Amino acid sequence: MKQPVLEIKNLNVDYGLGDNAVHAVREVHLTLHKGEVLGLAGESGSGKSTLAYGLTRLLPPPGIVAGGQVLYHAPSGDVVDVLRLSDSELRAFRWSEVSIVFQGAMNSLNPVHKVSTQLMDVIKAHEPGLSRDARLARARELLKLVGISADRLDSYPHQLSGGMRQRVMIGMALALEPQVVIMDEPTTALDVVMQRQILRQLVDLRERLGFSVIFITHDLSLLVEFSDRIAIMYGGRIVEEAEAHEIYRNPLHPYSEGLLRSFPALRGPKREVKGIAGSPPDLRSMPSGCSFHPRCPRAFEPCPDVLPILGPPDGYTLDTRTVACHLHPATIAVGAKEPVG
Amino acid sequence: MTVSATPAASTDDVVLQAVKLTKHFPVRRSASQLFGKSRAIHAVDSVDIVLRRGRVTALVGESGSGKSTVAKLLSQLERRTSGDIRLHGESVSVHGGRPFRQYVRKVQMIFQDPFASLNPTHTVRYHLTRSLRIHGNAGKSGADLQRALDALLTRVNLTPPERYIDKFPHELSGGQRQRVAIARALGADPEALLADEPVSMLDVSIRLGILTLLRDLKERLSLAILYITHDIASARYFADDTLVMYAGQMVEGGDSESVTQNPAHPYTRLLIEAAPDPDRIEAAEASGLAGDRAAGEPPSLIDPPPGCRFNPRCPYVMDICRVETPQHFVVGDSAGHWAACWLFDASIPKQPETHAPAVQA
Repeated sequence: MKQPVLEIKNLNVDYGLGDNAVHAVREVHLTLHKGEVLGLAGESGSGKSTLAYGLTRLLPPPGIVAGGQVLYHAPSGDVVDVLRLSDSELRAFRWSEVSIVFQGAMNSLNPVHKVSTQLMDVIKAHEPGLSRDARLARARELLKLVGISADRLDSYPHQLSGGMRQRVMIGMALALEPQVVIMDEPTTALDVVMQRQILRQLVDLRERLGFSVIFITHDLSLLVEFSDRIAIMYGGRIVEEAEAHEIYRNPLHPYSEGLLRSFPALRGPKREVKGIAGSPPDLRSMPSGCSFHPRCPRAFEPCPDVLPILGPPDGYTLDTRTVACHLHPATIAVGAKEPVG
Repeated sequence: MTVSATPAASTDDVVLQAVKLTKHFPVRRSASQLFGKSRAIHAVDSVDIVLRRGRVTALVGESGSGKSTVAKLLSQLERRTSGDIRLHGESVSVHGGRPFRQYVRKVQMIFQDPFASLNPTHTVRYHLTRSLRIHGNAGKSGADLQRALDALLTRVNLTPPERYIDKFPHELSGGQRQRVAIARALGADPEALLADEPVSMLDVSIRLGILTLLRDLKERLSLAILYITHDIASARYFADDTLVMYAGQMVEGGDSESVTQNPAHPYTRLLIEAAPDPDRIEAAEASGLAGDRAAGEPPSLIDPPPGCRFNPRCPYVMDICRVETPQHFVVGDSAGHWAACWLFDASIPKQPETHAPAVQA
């Protein structure tokens, strides 16, 4: 039985208040299991980054979490709601339980401090008891973990290449051995060769250290290769969630299918590729019913009016596969089992 | 057994041609180096490119390989250090004024970021009118201009034109903005388009729309298009010919299908193996990909390694690779497919293990 590490229940995130609020993330239910790589895919504006910031409470104003729960299952067995932590609890929680590698992480390092100073800073803040030598030893260990030789400790960020800076960031995210690492487009700024090296290293590290990963990217072909499960977001909602190879072999939602067919294949026979007609929806004026219906090639009568519920289609259970589409009506909605609150 | 990348049969359909194009950017020296040799970044070294009418040529490479510099040199935005650029066979070197305008009338550029390449304070009408006026395609009357504007927007599939003509850039989506940028380039009625990563800033679902539009324009207007990208898979679908660039030099070229399906140069193989591939889930990950064997990074372009610039990373490196720069050798699987790699020099005896296996389809 897979153990959940992070359970997101009915999460809603708005930008702004009142009638003018933009609903960036709506009614998201998502469970991350131990040791799993969960991929979050979608176009820009689909709410995938907002979801990550919402669940770590890093949303910049005017973003607010409008409702829902984020339950974290600590290794000790305690369950805490991240959204209800006090400021000091949150400070202790962040980075030691859940860490995040930001989009364009190579520019997140402070240019005027050495790599060693920045790595030791993290450890110092969370484990003040450790001596300087012990911290230095730990920093050295971290660099080795991500495949950088320890003599780079005294380098400044500008002396490292983009790929090395990205590795330093990943090392820093692993400094306190968190249970969950969130990676927001961790490799978009890198070349394919470097991207592959870093992701393979991450997968190896996960096997050794046993953390779970939420991997956010718009590159679905990358996700299919590197993640266990994939959730696809559109217009702030999850429209399909399933195991990576199932999404790839047999996408049920027309949007997932469209995303998959947007990538020209490098190998095998040339198959016809076509993008998705239209452009991503404007969150300020979302289409009625299923928000994908104006772009959907298979939209039919209920789509413009009725919002499809996210649930398991025929032959699947809540744990294996869910989809929100009238073509594959669900009998039971995700999140319906538990009372919301 | 070498081939020239610029075939002697220079038919009239060659629009733009670069011969031994080279660009070195000088590096500022510190006081202690004042009397030493002056140093330079070898951004582009001896690059040959031919753009033909009605054909898309893709230029593929990692960031820092010099592919954008090639575009800037071809568009005369940057002065070349040496080599030659020929428009219809005539050497061109312009840096401004009337000759430059005459040149850009023929050779237009599309930039990577449509959010930055359109002026946010002006409407679509302004951008397109300016392009038409400057290049003398605006006609004589207001009605002529309106007709030209409508035609431009229709050509890039922004229809009906009246819905888009008075919009500001912020009112358009990224894909629509890039279409306006393409329409602006077409306003000059060019013969060659230089597209520098035209879709990498756009969402995956709309990339194909833009690429299809460019291919359509190529066919209808017989444009010669240079498509610069880091995504070799899109080159396979969109380009007729593909050139691969590494550390400022061309390493492989040929028709797109041969280059992507039967890559010859070890660097091209590395690029293709590193590309994300969902079908690889069950494939032999354990056998060790070249991506892991050829670890490392592109070399410093201030002091490029002697010989082949890929030699420090190459799994098949031989002694000659560290000494002499390889010429373009015929690969032999299809006409015009060449690789700048000593492995393909028939006069060098190869051990069986150095001869790399072809990438399986």
